[in-house]
Amino acid sequence: MGKTLAEKIWADHVVTSAQGEPDLLYIDLHLIHEVTSPQAFDGLRMANRKVRRPDLTIATEDHNVPTLNIDKPIADPVSALQVETLRKNCAEFGVRIHSLGDVEQGIVHVVGPQLGLTQPGMTIVCGDSHTSTHGAFGALAFGIGTSEVEHVLATQTLPLKRPKTMAINVEGKLKPGVTSKDIILAVIAKIGTGGGQGFILEYRGSAIRALSMEARMTICNMSIEAGARAGLIAPDETTFTYVKNRPHAPTGADWEKALAYWQNLQTDADAKFDQEVFINADELEPFVTWGTNPGQGLPLNSVVPDPKSFKDPVEISAAERALQYMDLKPGTPLKQIKVDTVFLGSCTNGRIEDLRSAAAILKGKKINPAITMLVVPGSARVRVQAEQEGLDQVFLQAGAQWRSAGCSMCLGMNPDQLKPGERAASTSNRNFEGRQGKGGRTHLVSPLVAAATAIKGTLASPADL
Amino acid sequence: MDKFIAHSGTAIPLRRSNVDTDQIIPAVYLKRITKSGFEDGLFAAWRSDPNFELNQSKYQGATILVAGPDFGTGSSREHAVWALQNYGFKVVLSSRFADIFRGNSQKAGLLTVILAQNEIEDIWLAIEKDSTTQITVDLNSRNVEFKDATGNQRKLNFEIDDYTRWRLMEGLDDIGLTFTKIDKVENFEKSRQGFKPQTIPVKS
Ligand code: SF4
Repeated sequence: MGKTLAEKIWADHVVTSAQGEPDLLYIDLHLIHEVTSPQAFDGLRMANRKVRRPDLTIATEDHNVPTLNIDKPIADPVSALQVETLRKNCAEFGVRIHSLGDVEQGIVHVVGPQLGLTQPGMTIVCGDSHTSTHGAFGALAFGIGTSEVEHVLATQTLPLKRPKTMAINVEGKLKPGVTSKDIILAVIAKIGTGGGQGFILEYRGSAIRALSMEARMTICNMSIEAGARAGLIAPDETTFTYVKNRPHAPTGADWEKALAYWQNLQTDADAKFDQEVFINADELEPFVTWGTNPGQGLPLNSVVPDPKSFKDPVEISAAERALQYMDLKPGTPLKQIKVDTVFLGSCTNGRIEDLRSAAAILKGKKINPAITMLVVPGSARVRVQAEQEGLDQVFLQAGAQWRSAGCSMCLGMNPDQLKPGERAASTSNRNFEGRQGKGGRTHLVSPLVAAATAIKGTLASPADL
Repeated sequence: MDKFIAHSGTAIPLRRSNVDTDQIIPAVYLKRITKSGFEDGLFAAWRSDPNFELNQSKYQGATILVAGPDFGTGSSREHAVWALQNYGFKVVLSSRFADIFRGNSQKAGLLTVILAQNEIEDIWLAIEKDSTTQITVDLNSRNVEFKDATGNQRKLNFEIDDYTRWRLMEGLDDIGLTFTKIDKVENFEKSRQGFKPQTIPVKS
């Protein structure tokens, strides 16, 4: 019987395996950032260990860096200390770091692909659950905890049990105004936030193959929101074209060798997935979440659901609690919900294509005066590129704020936070209670819906303008 | 992680039961960026009391904590183990440990030894009478030796499963265990395709 793509990559990286023990998996690339690494480095120091492969390790500052006045010292002492600690650790252990002010600084999951470090067939880990993003290249990429970070730093391996595999088949053609963000929100609404637990997801089908690399990253990014530690997409011409000529892409004869290898990275026709899910892309609409987990989403044309309409008692009480937190009444059309803040950014939707698509809607228009809109590029390089294309001017003239790169309001670890009771349309990935600031309310949306909402003042798609 | 074969040292009596991990290290101390330096948060709520055992000069330098039953209940924070180790403890003796705490301590190389409560009482009496009493905890022969308050040399046996004992005696944490297979990692690295990226600075 054939193998799935995930099984092939896994098998390619098993250093040793024994009955009843987890496989020891080799890690090709380890990304680190300031929040989940300090204890790991300290552990190395206490045990007198080195970073085994500093040449396969790279650090950037993203989670708690400010997005304003980045030339000044970081005002929050806790954040400043974490960033300073990362810099010291990288210097001591010989790890390359892209610090604030460096053009390669940015959200770790934007930086890896943009440098061409993320390539098909690799194993990639990072102390961050959205490491699944890199799966868009046909890599096996997943988030790990701090003690695992230490394990990878010390040994470049990780003992792991192989998850099962699930195919997410998305066939058909997306309607105009519908994006990959809407696909993944629809997938999560369908299988639930625990549906992918214990699985590696493989997104397949004509609708997936038609997507750009950046759109694919948006999908794989949110695999974790469906409960899966990893999600991937088989590499194809779109992938190879994206990787080619990036700073760390192979060149010359190496490129040919790499390409030959990458072209074989596909699920065999006779392989069997442990589970399969089917989605019809033709029917998809712009999606928005109404609740406090990413699975509580609906097409934008719907109304706020009645908790009693759910079958499962756990879902009913979750919906009741969510509506109370979100201050929403059943039956209210989603398009009548007024928002205060629009956040365009994060490792889900902070790439150049996301900024371009939002700018195309905002061009020559003004955002609603009641709305604060933050545009936060995913990396300093994305910021530079956007400025070269004049996108910053489009945002500024529309009345939005143009910020420096970082995670920003995705998790509100820096000063970019919602105030209690404020409501946001956000292109990020988590609408948990208080995620974007204590008491803040989040509706997850695509960049197109974010831009249209900023203009209208209520949740809207570009078609509503 | 250091190998643990046997350890001799003086001990501190902690005559309290149900010391949970919040008491071992309160949450306010968890914001640290280190695994070290938690000793100042160890039993923080009690440290302002000059009569608290850790504050008594006669117990300074002790490396063995003799605790009451149900030590380490509550939250699963690994910091509790780190705090005890950072302070200098190598062994905790008690008649009952919380499961998670015991698991964490064994991973980190802090030996937790279960004795009968009457045996714990005898050790308390001995060290309260003479704080310089030497206690020897021998993992190899699985026993605890000390001179009790009446002057008798005592040898108490304890149980520990073979796998945990082997890991502690070899000084193997998960990373240590992987290091036993490091030749396999080296071999694997030799087969890693040359076109895979490295993070060494790019030529501009
Ligand atoms: S942008 Fe948000 S989800 Fe992505 S790495 Fe940063 S905090 Fe995590």
